[in-house]
Amino acid sequence: MQANIVLKKKGLLRKTSPPPVLRKVPTGIRGLDELTGGGLPEGRSTLLCGGAGSGKTLLAMEFLVRGIKEFKETGVFVAFEEQTQELAQNFTSLGHDLNALVAQRKLAIDFVHVERNDVKETGEYDLEGLFIRLEYAIDSIGARRVVLDSIEQLFSGLTNTGLLRAELRRLFHWLKNKGVTSIITSEQGEGSLTRNALEEYVADCVILLDHRVTAQMFTRRVRVVKYRGSSHGTNEFPFLIDESGISILPITSMGLTYHAGTERVSSGIPRLDAMLTGRGYYRGGSVLVSGSAGTGKTSLAAHFAQAAAAGGERCLWLAYEESPSQIVRNMRSIGLDLDPAVQSGMLRLQAVPPTIFGLEMHLLAMHKLVKEFNPRSVIMDSISNFTTIGSEVEIKAMLMRLIDLFKMRQITSLFTSLTTGDTFVEANDTRLSSLMDTWLLLREIESGAERNRVLHLLKSRGMAHSNQIREFRLTNHGVELRDVYLGPSGFLLTGSALLVQQAHEQAQAVVREQEAGGKTRELEHKRQAMEAQISTLRAEFEIEQIKALKAVAQDEERATVLTDDRVQMAKQRQADAVKARKTMKRASGGAS
Amino acid sequence: MKAESKGQSSGALKTRPDVQWTLRLYVAGQTPNSSAAFDNLKRLCEERLKGHYAIEVIDLLKNPRLAKDDQILAVPTLVRKLPLPVRRIIGDLSNIESVLVGLDLRPRG
Repeated sequence: MQANIVLKKKGLLRKTSPPPVLRKVPTGIRGLDELTGGGLPEGRSTLLCGGAGSGKTLLAMEFLVRGIKEFKETGVFVAFEEQTQELAQNFTSLGHDLNALVAQRKLAIDFVHVERNDVKETGEYDLEGLFIRLEYAIDSIGARRVVLDSIEQLFSGLTNTGLLRAELRRLFHWLKNKGVTSIITSEQGEGSLTRNALEEYVADCVILLDHRVTAQMFTRRVRVVKYRGSSHGTNEFPFLIDESGISILPITSMGLTYHAGTERVSSGIPRLDAMLTGRGYYRGGSVLVSGSAGTGKTSLAAHFAQAAAAGGERCLWLAYEESPSQIVRNMRSIGLDLDPAVQSGMLRLQAVPPTIFGLEMHLLAMHKLVKEFNPRSVIMDSISNFTTIGSEVEIKAMLMRLIDLFKMRQITSLFTSLTTGDTFVEANDTRLSSLMDTWLLLREIESGAERNRVLHLLKSRGMAHSNQIREFRLTNHGVELRDVYLGPSGFLLTGSALLVQQAHEQAQAVVREQEAGGKTRELEHKRQAMEAQISTLRAEFEIEQIKALKAVAQDEERATVLTDDRVQMAKQRQADAVKARKTMKRASGGAS
Repeated sequence: MKAESKGQSSGALKTRPDVQWTLRLYVAGQTPNSSAAFDNLKRLCEERLKGHYAIEVIDLLKNPRLAKDDQILAVPTLVRKLPLPVRRIIGDLSNIESVLVGLDLRPRG
C-alpha cells in the first residue's frame, strides 16, 4: 500500500497542468500519449476495441510493460484468450521478457480459462471468483495498471448473459473504486464498437484499432473514439507494429512551431549557391527538385550529398529507385565519387523498395532511421514512387509529417520528384510545392533537334534568389550551370544552338574586328599620305629657302661689286680715298 | 424433454461404491448462493454417493490464491476432482438434473 501512495505522488508530480483537468497515465507508447493528450484516464477504464489481429493484446501489454519499465508502475494482465506461456513467448519476440518481470513481481499474469463445454451451469452464480483473483493479483504486487484481455470471452463461456452484464457492470465499477487504470479489450462487432456493447459500461475512454488492406497494402490505424473530460485527436492515425512494439505516428510535432534559423548549407554546386543569394539552401529547409526523366535530379542530389559529407555532416540518402552501388557507379560517370563519403560513414545510402510497405510504414521507418543515424540532411530520391502506394492527398500528408520531423530536427531535406508531361510540368508538383521552401525545376528544352536541360529556381522562401534560368549540364566533372543565351529574338538558346549562336557571334566579332582594323589602316594610310605631303612641302620649302638665300647672297655680292666699282671709279677720278669713301657713303646714303 | 425422458428410462448410472469421490466447492464467503449450493450438494451426495464421497469447501475470501490456481471464475463452483476426469459445475446447484449430468451421474443427452 505504501508503494501505491508513493506512486500516486509521482503521478501528481508528473502532471504539469493544475488538477481540475482529468489526470492521465502515460502509456509510454510512442504516439499514443500525444494522441490522447497525455495518456489514459487515471483510475478509470479504457475500452480498447478492434478486430481480430488488430493489435489489441499487444497495445494492452505494452501499456503494462512500459508502465513497469518507464514509470515504475506494476501491472496485472488478465488473459482470457492466451495462456501465460503463449503470451510470454509472443512478447519475447518484441524484446519483452515477461517471465522475468513476473519473477521480479512487477507483472502478474492470470490466465482465466473460459470454455463453455467444460462448465455446466446450474442455477444462480456470480463472478466473485474473478473479482477475488483480480484483487489478489493487484494486491500481491501493488499494481496500478490492469488489463483485461479480452473480457468478452466470458460471453462465449457463460450462457447467462443477463447475469454476465450485471457482473461486468459491477466489475468496471469495482475497478474504478480500486483506483487502477485499466484497459479492457474487446472484439469489434458488426456495426458497433464491441460485439457485446461493452461501451455501455466502459465509457470514459474508447480507443478503436483498425486494420485494413487498401491497394494490397496492410495498414493499421488507431482512433480515439471518445475521451470523457479530455480533448483528443479525433482522426485516424496509422500505427505500426514492429520489433520494438507499437508506434503511432507522432502528431504533436505538427504544430509548425519549429525554429527557423538563418544558417545556410551549400547545394554542392557553386553556381546554384550563387543563385540562392550566394550561400545555398537554408539549414532545415525543404528542397524539391522536380523534373522529367533524365533531367539530372539524382545528380543534383548527389552534389548536395557529397557537399554535406565533405563538410563533415551526416547525410541520409533514401533511394527508392536504385541500389546504393548503382547510385555510386552512376555518379562516378559524372565525376562524382560518393564512395569515400559512404566509406567514412558520412553518407548512408539506404535502398528502400517503395512498394514493400504502406506509406505509414515508410514514415515510421523514416522516423526510426532518422533517430538512429541522426543525419543533418536527408535525400529522398524520388518521392514519385509513393504514388503507387498512396493517393496524392495521403502522400502529401505523409510528406508534411516527414518535413515537420526534419524541420524539428533542423535537417535539410531534398526531395526529387519525377514529373511527367512536358507541356506544363509544374502542375504535377504544385500540391507539394506548399510544403517546400525551395523548388528547383529541371526542364528539357527541345530545339535544333536536341534536348537540353535547364534549371529554373521556381521559388526559395526567405531569400532574394535569382530568377534566371540556367543551362544545366552534366559534365564529366559534375553538374555545371551555365548562363543561358538569349538570342536576338529573345528565345532561349541552349546546347548546340547555343554553340551555333556563339560561333555566329564570334564570326561577327571577327568581321567587326576586321572592319575596325581596316579603318585603322586607312587612317594610317592617310596619316602616311599626310606625312608624305608634309615632307614634300618641307622639301619644296627647303628648296625655296635655299633659292632665297642664294638670291640674297647674289644681291649682296652685286652690291659689293657696285661699291667696288664706285671705289674703282673714284680712284680713277683720283679722289681722296677716304674722302671719297665718305662722300660715296653720303652719296649712297643720299641715294638710298 | 426427450433426452430427459430417455435418461429417466435408462435410469441413473450405477456408482461403484469402491470409487471414492472427491468434491470441492468453492465459495466466496457466506452468501445465499454458497449456502444453497452446499445444501444441494450435500443432499445429492447423501442420496447417490453415500459413504464414498468427501466434500471440501473452500472459501476464496480466505484463500484467494486458490482462485487462480484452480481456475475459478464464478462462485459457487463445484469441482469433481475424483474420479477423473475433472468436472466443473457452476451455480447454486439448484437444478439437480443438470448437476447429475454434470457429474456424469446421468448420461449427457
